[in-house]
Amino acid sequence: MVHKLSGALTLGAALLLSTSAFAQDKRVVTWNADYDPIPLAAAEALIADFEAANPEIDVQLTNFDHEAYKNAIRNFLTADAPDLANWYAANRMRPFVEAGLFADISDVWANNGLMESLAASVPSSTIDGKQYAIPYTYYQWGIYYNRDAYAAAGVEVPGPEGVNWETFLANCEKFKAASIDCVTTGSSALWPVAGIFDYVSLRTNGYQFHSDLAAGKVSWTSPEARAVFENLGKLQPFVTENHAAIDWQDAAAIFVQGKAANYVMGNFAVGVFKEGGMTNDNLGFMVFPEITAGIARAEEAPTDTIHLTSGAKNPEDAKTFLAYMASPEAQSKWNTAVGQLPTNKNATVPADDPFLTAGFQALSTSTGGIAQFWDRDADAEYAKAGMEGFQRFLVQPEALEEILAQLEATRTRLFPQ
Amino acid sequence: MAQASQAARRWNQRTLAPWLFLAPGLFMFGVYVLWPIIQSVTLSFYDWNGLYNQDGEFTGTFVGTANYSELMTDPAFETSLWNNLKWLVLYMLALPIGLFIAIFLNQTVTGIRLYKSLFFFPFVISQVVVGLIFAWFYAPNFGLFYLLTESITGKGTAILADPDLVTYGIIAAGLWPQIAYVMILYLTGLNNVAPDQIEAARLDGAKGWRMLWYVVLPQLRPATFIAVIVTVIGALRSFDLVSIMTSGGPFGSSRVLSYYMFEMALGEFGFRMGYGAAIAVVLFAIMMIFISGFIWKMWRDEKER
Repeated sequence: MVHKLSGALTLGAALLLSTSAFAQDKRVVTWNADYDPIPLAAAEALIADFEAANPEIDVQLTNFDHEAYKNAIRNFLTADAPDLANWYAANRMRPFVEAGLFADISDVWANNGLMESLAASVPSSTIDGKQYAIPYTYYQWGIYYNRDAYAAAGVEVPGPEGVNWETFLANCEKFKAASIDCVTTGSSALWPVAGIFDYVSLRTNGYQFHSDLAAGKVSWTSPEARAVFENLGKLQPFVTENHAAIDWQDAAAIFVQGKAANYVMGNFAVGVFKEGGMTNDNLGFMVFPEITAGIARAEEAPTDTIHLTSGAKNPEDAKTFLAYMASPEAQSKWNTAVGQLPTNKNATVPADDPFLTAGFQALSTSTGGIAQFWDRDADAEYAKAGMEGFQRFLVQPEALEEILAQLEATRTRLFPQ
Repeated sequence: MAQASQAARRWNQRTLAPWLFLAPGLFMFGVYVLWPIIQSVTLSFYDWNGLYNQDGEFTGTFVGTANYSELMTDPAFETSLWNNLKWLVLYMLALPIGLFIAIFLNQTVTGIRLYKSLFFFPFVISQVVVGLIFAWFYAPNFGLFYLLTESITGKGTAILADPDLVTYGIIAAGLWPQIAYVMILYLTGLNNVAPDQIEAARLDGAKGWRMLWYVVLPQLRPATFIAVIVTVIGALRSFDLVSIMTSGGPFGSSRVLSYYMFEMALGEFGFRMGYGAAIAVVLFAIMMIFISGFIWKMWRDEKER
C-alpha cells in the first residue's frame, strides 16, 4: 500500500482506514522513502511482488518529497520511527548510526550471503565492522560527450575506454579554437565540481589517496594534493566560464546544444540530455582519462541504501524485506525500471541501454575501488569546505595557496592531529 | 464600608486591569520571543548535531564558549559580517531614492493611482519571485544584464559568478522592493505635510532643495524614522534573496549572517546546531544595538509629550 503525504488529508485518512481494514490479519512493515515518480512506481512494483510471495506481510510505503526528506528523517527517526528508511551509504549514514538510530543488520548480510554478492558495497555499508545498510542501487560517473560537438571541432571521437590525459587536453585546445567549451559544469550547488575534483584526484593518486583525503588523513599542502590541483589547473581554462552561477541543468543545456563537448556527470543526467533532444547516436560515454600511468582505475558510483531503524516495531519482517531488496531479482527489476545499476553482482543490466552497459562495464572492470563521491566519503562539514575550495580554484586558480591554507586549517580543526 | 469596597475596586481597575489587558500579548511575547532567545543562547554553548537518541535524550555536549572562539577565526563568518555591513550601508540608498520617487508621484494627473501601484508592485510580490527575476536578469549567456554588458564591453559580466560583485548584485535586487516600501511610507507622509507651511515658505521665496530640506523633510520626520527602522531590519535579516539567487555562493562569497546561520544549523552539510545558535546570538546582538537605539528614541519622544 502506498500513501502520499502530499495528497489531500481526507484521502490519506480514507486510505489509512481502508488499509487497516484490509490488512487486519497482516503484519505491517512501514517504509519511509524519498522517491521521484519513476523510482516510486518501481518500488511499488517490488512491494507488490514481495507481498505476493509473503501474503502475511503488508509493506506500507510513505513517500516524501526528496528535499524535504533530508530534514524529515531527523524528526521521524526519533519521534515516530518507521521500520525502514531510505538514506545514503558511507559517511552520510554515520550520524544516524552513531546516535543509535539505525540498527545493526549484520545478521541480514551474514544469513543471505550478501558479503559475497554485494562485495563491492561492503566498505560503504560498514561502520566499525558492522553493516547498517542494504545498498540496492548505484550509478556510475564518467564523461558524457556530445559527438556533434566533436565533429564540429574536427576532433576524433573517443571510444568507451576513453583517451589519455594528454590527448584529452590536446582535444581541449582544439575545442577552444572552435569556441566550444571542452568541459562544462554548473556548480552553483557545489557538488558537480566535486565530481571533477574526485576524478582528477583518483587518476592522479589513486583510490587510497581519495579515501585518506576525505577522511582528513592527508595534508592539503602535501605534494600529492598539490599534484591534483596542478592537473586540475590544466583543465581549468577549458571549463565553461561562469559555471559558478549556473545549475547543472543549465550546463546540460549548453552541452545538449553542442556548445560544450564533455560533461563530467553521473548517469542520472542521461535522462535530462535525452529530454533535451540527444539520442544514443550523438551522446557518448567514456571513463575519465588516465593521468598517472599504471594506477589502478577507480570509479565513482554513489550508492543509495535502505536502513532498518532502531525504533522499528516489526524488525523481523522488515529484515525479510531487506533481504528481498538485496536479492538479484528485486535489484534487476527496480534498476531496469529506473535506469540505474544493481549492486548485486548476480543481477542483470538491460542490454539495450548503452550507458548502463558501459557503466556496468566501467565499474566491474575497475580494479582500484569504488568511491562514493566527495560529499558522501567526507564528513559533512569537511565536504562543504572542500567543495567551496574546489569551486574557488576553478574560478580563481591564482588563489591556490590561500585555498590550500584554508582547507588545511579546516582539516586541522576537524581532525586534530 | 462602601467607601472601602470602592477603593478596592479602584485598586483593581488601576493595578490589575492593565496587566489583564497585557496578559495575552505578554504570553505570546514570552513563548514566541523570549523563550526562543533563551534557548538559542543556551544552545550556543553546546555542540549538538540536532539528533535525539532513540530514547529521546539530548545528545549534545557542553563546550562552553568554544563556538564563539571558533567564530572569531572563521573566515566564512568574517565574510558574512562584511557582507552584512555592505547590506546595511547600501540598503540606506532606499531612503533617498524612495523619497525622490514619492515626491515625483505626489501630484495629481490622470491615472496617478495606477502609476503609484505600479511603483509599489515590487513590494507586493514575494522576495522569492524578486530573486528569481534578478537571477535571470543576471544569468550568464542569456540574461538581459549579461547581454547588455556584452554588447557594451564585448565581454559579458556574470554578476552572480563573480565573487567581488555578487553581493552588490543581490543588494540591487533587494533594493527594488525596499525602495517601493520606503516610497509608500513617504507618500503617506507627504499627504500630511501642511499645505499652509508650503504656501508660507513659497511666499518667503523658498523652492527646490531649500524647500525640501527646511520645510518638507522636517515634517516627514516620523516617516523617515519608520523608513530607517524597516530598512535597517530588512538589511540585517536579508536571507531569501541570498538563498534564492546564489545559496551563498560562489564559494561562500555572498553569505550573510542569517544565511550562514541557516547553513550551519539546518543546511544539507550543516546540522551544527550550537554553532548556528552562536551565529544567531551574534546577529541578535547586532540587531539589539539598533533596536535599543530606536526604543530609546521612542521613549524619549513619549516623555517629551
